[in-house]
Amino acid sequence: MTLQLTLSQLMNGLQLGVLLFLLAAGLTLVFGIMSFVNLAHGSLYMLGAYFGAAAFAKTDSFTLALLAAVLGAGVVGLLLDRFALTKLYTRDHLDQVLATFGLILFFNELIRIVWGPGSIFMQVPDALSNTVEIAGFTYPAYRFAIIGAGLLVALGLYLLIQKTRVGMLIRAGATHPHMVASLGVNIKWLNTLVFALGAALAGLAGVMAGPIVSVQPGMGEPVLILTLVVIIIGGLGSIRGAFYAALIVGVVDTLGRAFMPTLMRSIFERNTADAAGPAIASMLIYLLMALVLAFKPQGLFPTSAGATR
Amino acid sequence: MNLFPTSVHWRAPRTIVAIIVLAAFVLLPFAVGSEGDFYVKFATRVLIYALAAIGLNFILGFGGMVSLGHAMYIMLGAYCVGIPMHHEITSGWAHLAFAIALTAVLATVVGAVALRTTGIAFIMITLAFAQMLFFVAVSLKEYGGDDGLTIAARSNFGLFDIASNVSLYYLAFSAVLLALYLSWRAVLSPFGLILRGSKANSRRALALGHPILRYQLVAYVLSALVCAVAGVLLANLTQFASPSYGAWTLSGELIVIVILGGLGTVFGPLVGAVCLLVLEEILPTLVEATFPDYKSNWMLLLGLFIFFVALLLKRGVFGSLRGGAK
Repeated sequence: MTLQLTLSQLMNGLQLGVLLFLLAAGLTLVFGIMSFVNLAHGSLYMLGAYFGAAAFAKTDSFTLALLAAVLGAGVVGLLLDRFALTKLYTRDHLDQVLATFGLILFFNELIRIVWGPGSIFMQVPDALSNTVEIAGFTYPAYRFAIIGAGLLVALGLYLLIQKTRVGMLIRAGATHPHMVASLGVNIKWLNTLVFALGAALAGLAGVMAGPIVSVQPGMGEPVLILTLVVIIIGGLGSIRGAFYAALIVGVVDTLGRAFMPTLMRSIFERNTADAAGPAIASMLIYLLMALVLAFKPQGLFPTSAGATR
Repeated sequence: MNLFPTSVHWRAPRTIVAIIVLAAFVLLPFAVGSEGDFYVKFATRVLIYALAAIGLNFILGFGGMVSLGHAMYIMLGAYCVGIPMHHEITSGWAHLAFAIALTAVLATVVGAVALRTTGIAFIMITLAFAQMLFFVAVSLKEYGGDDGLTIAARSNFGLFDIASNVSLYYLAFSAVLLALYLSWRAVLSPFGLILRGSKANSRRALALGHPILRYQLVAYVLSALVCAVAGVLLANLTQFASPSYGAWTLSGELIVIVILGGLGTVFGPLVGAVCLLVLEEILPTLVEATFPDYKSNWMLLLGLFIFFVALLLKRGVFGSLRGGAK
């Protein structure tokens, strides 16, 4: 367990954390404002990755790939909101879970039809394919870029929600939707905007993850479940909670997977450790979630939206 | 003791449909004859899914608890056959005892934590626990890990020999009948009344002095036990136990079955299981006949079907039928 290894695993954890934050921010906003559970959020992430990979293969420009992914996922989100999901917003969570579960199956097959069942390869852009060295610590530039971009988006979201008029409406809509509507704000338009924004962020996460994970049908589900853990730990509807929880989950999950087997080996004999290590590592975040919920059932940063629903 | 908890309206559509469905299940092995092994096995799978859905319906339909993690109990039940079998413990009663004991412990712990939350958080936390158990099963390298565990022979239930497919079929059918009857009794019992009351208005139920958390926990454990029994049967049917039995998509399918049949009806899950599994069986053939190039992509239509069930079918197939007197 050298310092270099620990540091780079920590950075990997951060990098997973910011990706999770991009997903969790959209999901938790949509939940906070519309009280809508969107299990198909992972599908938007998958679509983003595919749009990005396809655009990158065609144009060889990562900027265009980013644009394609963000706009593509955003537009799909917009269409979903307008044509498929509006009726579900007033239904109970059970119908929402079921309908979006159906959408997951639909999107997975759609991707299989268009791009085939196998995984497709997406290259790291040339400009970021080298490694960066800071005081003897080397780390891939692309992963640095992900962390930087993710933190930038987080800052942007913070400014958007805390400092602008739209953000004020979003915050108001999360706690008192009827009051906002009766003050003459088109809450439906606001909902669509938030949904599309969340979808675009999911698409961004998808395309940024593209070169470091395998782009394949169903890639959204494991990430979706991690994201759900994040928004539960963070407190439903809380962006700030989603940010901290995403980083915690990212770091805990990555460090657990990296060091748990070695750690177990130093306590138990080799066979037991080899069997139990990976299992405990993948359980860590769920244990963390159970622990958080046992002490704070509303999550780390409870919001009124989460408390009443 | 009165066998029926309420008077039965023999001429109501629901009663008639229920009797027809049950009669069809009784007669099925005779109808398909000795060549119809495929149909018997398929119908057994329908019954096992129905059994699990009956378990889930108990908390989902009557208690209003949306668990998106009930497949983990099916998986647990399946491994309670697979792992002892691997160590040459062949007694089915032992398998059943393992399944019931382990599930009772696990469900009590999971339920106690999960029931601290309500609504959407409850959905997510049950999902998370199911994922946790899924990864445990994946890491069981000694028992096949990701690839699953082949089971050499069916459980040995002593007097009832389930080596033949037909006898396993009738065992599953008896289990479904028993579960239907018990859940019917339970729903109409004082226990069931309080459970339904907690769904309708938990604050009022609490204010009336009922410790609803305890009722919900007991209901949760009971429903998990039914799923575990379904898991034991499933492992015997397929002679296989694998982490995929605990996949969250199976939990989703169970919810689909419950809704499709009719939320909050005792008999609904059986009808729902028949509808969904028959659909899953004919869709690929249907797609192959119309679009030969896309025969492997029938799940696309299934996804749309589930979406529209959620959007349009408020009361489910069985739930739309009239139940009482005119």
